Amino acid sequence: MNDLKAGSNLEKVLKAGHFAFTGECGPPKGANVEHLKQKIAHLKGVVDSVNVTDNQTAVVRMSSWAASTIMLQEGVEPNFQMVCRDRNRLAMMSDILGVYSMGIRNMLCLSGDHQRFGNHPQSKNVYDIDSIQLISLVKKMRDEGKFMNDEEIDVPPKLFIGAAANPFADPAEYRVYRMANKISAGVDFIQTQCIYNMEKFRAFMKKAVDMGLHEKCYILAGITPMKSVGMAKYMSSSVPGMDVPESLIKRLQGAEKGKVAEEGIKIALEQIEEFKEMEGIAGIHLMAIEWEHKVPEIAERARLLPRPVV
Amino acid sequence: MIKDCKKILILGCKGCVTVCNVGGSKEVGILASLLKIARKTGGDTIIVEERTLERQCDPEYVETVKDIINEYDAVISMACGVGPQFLSEMYPDRRIYPGVNTTSFGGAVRHGVWAERCAGCGTCVIHMFDGMCPVARCSKSLLNGPCGGSSKGKCEISNDVDCIWDKIVRKKMEQGRLDDLLVVKEAKNWQTARDGGPRTSIREDIAE
Repeated sequence: MNDLKAGSNLEKVLKAGHFAFTGECGPPKGANVEHLKQKIAHLKGVVDSVNVTDNQTAVVRMSSWAASTIMLQEGVEPNFQMVCRDRNRLAMMSDILGVYSMGIRNMLCLSGDHQRFGNHPQSKNVYDIDSIQLISLVKKMRDEGKFMNDEEIDVPPKLFIGAAANPFADPAEYRVYRMANKISAGVDFIQTQCIYNMEKFRAFMKKAVDMGLHEKCYILAGITPMKSVGMAKYMSSSVPGMDVPESLIKRLQGAEKGKVAEEGIKIALEQIEEFKEMEGIAGIHLMAIEWEHKVPEIAERARLLPRPVV
Repeated sequence: MIKDCKKILILGCKGCVTVCNVGGSKEVGILASLLKIARKTGGDTIIVEERTLERQCDPEYVETVKDIINEYDAVISMACGVGPQFLSEMYPDRRIYPGVNTTSFGGAVRHGVWAERCAGCGTCVIHMFDGMCPVARCSKSLLNGPCGGSSKGKCEISNDVDCIWDKIVRKKMEQGRLDDLLVVKEAKNWQTARDGGPRTSIREDIAE
């Protein structure tokens, strides 16, 4: 226990060398706790930890720390997400202390989508610090027991620190270096953007392995199963930094009527099998957007159950 | 706001706003004509005087209207946001309005198009990024970019906005100085920016 950085379930699973499996859950657009609990229930015992998104796509939702707390009460381990768009360093540090005090042990540090995408594009954006500086901050608070200004923290927060990596954004050749910067800043695990272009991802991982990055942090491959051809086309054309190959859209279009979603799941299952064998991949991060109820089935069919108890 | 005013003074500025075609003598003339036409259409009259000062950010030029300003019910400054404020400080009992909506510190990237280049943050970082400023030009002011929304050289917020981090990274890579970017840049001290409160710059050697 002493050699653990935070002692979260996710950390223990990864440290023990198991193939990790994380899920994702968006808080409700309101205070609908019952709906949140229903979504959480689908994930209980099925994944090692669940990312709780922070006003994702800049749309106002229940705060990620509050939803994470509810998740804890429901017996599921949250991975609390924090974006740099909405908080300055004071709010960040106080929320970091707050979530740790509530029993949260994982935190994902993100830049956040620009507010122009969301439902309050009129808002002022903060970006006091960026995602890499946020990683450094959480690490400093944990390992040095100090605030950003070097003042001592009375009981430092011990969090297992995560970050995102998008191998498909531009400039493509720089992406692995950006991930390396996050690792230098002190990240413990990386969850990648949804992967559809496997060829590009294999090249990215080869470079990461050549640089030895997989030995410095755990890399979890991101997967979002396609529910429909429309979703695939939308992701391809309208979601920034998403790379959906034409061949994947064709495959979905070729599926029998009423079987497109099943084809999407099959593609995801094939990806999971490849990731299990891929050098440098420590697990997968399944972002089944508003499809939480499908996660148990996917986990079962991917032979990821039962989850390890560590 | 000036509906009830019968005598208006429009003050242009020969500085930046003239260069940007928004507040020089030409634009002052256009606004004066528009006001007169609008009043006439409404069956009313108005007296509009046009003046264009050397600058409105220096008291010595703002002072040049001291003998006439009291004759007017309202003054419209066509300078940047500094102009109406210097006027209202020197003539506190006058009604002063801005005639220009000041947007940014930028330059003319082509004829008729001005783009932001500086955020006036008070701690310049351009030397670290090969002559490009991510504070002003990255939508998230990232010092360790580019974020995951950079696509084909464009920012995630719009295809009309360049991703400055794409340019910074490409230049560093092309010129073999990628290592410059592999050092994590520390959090910025925003005290010198607007966040630290209104700023005053003092040149000790010439300040009176």
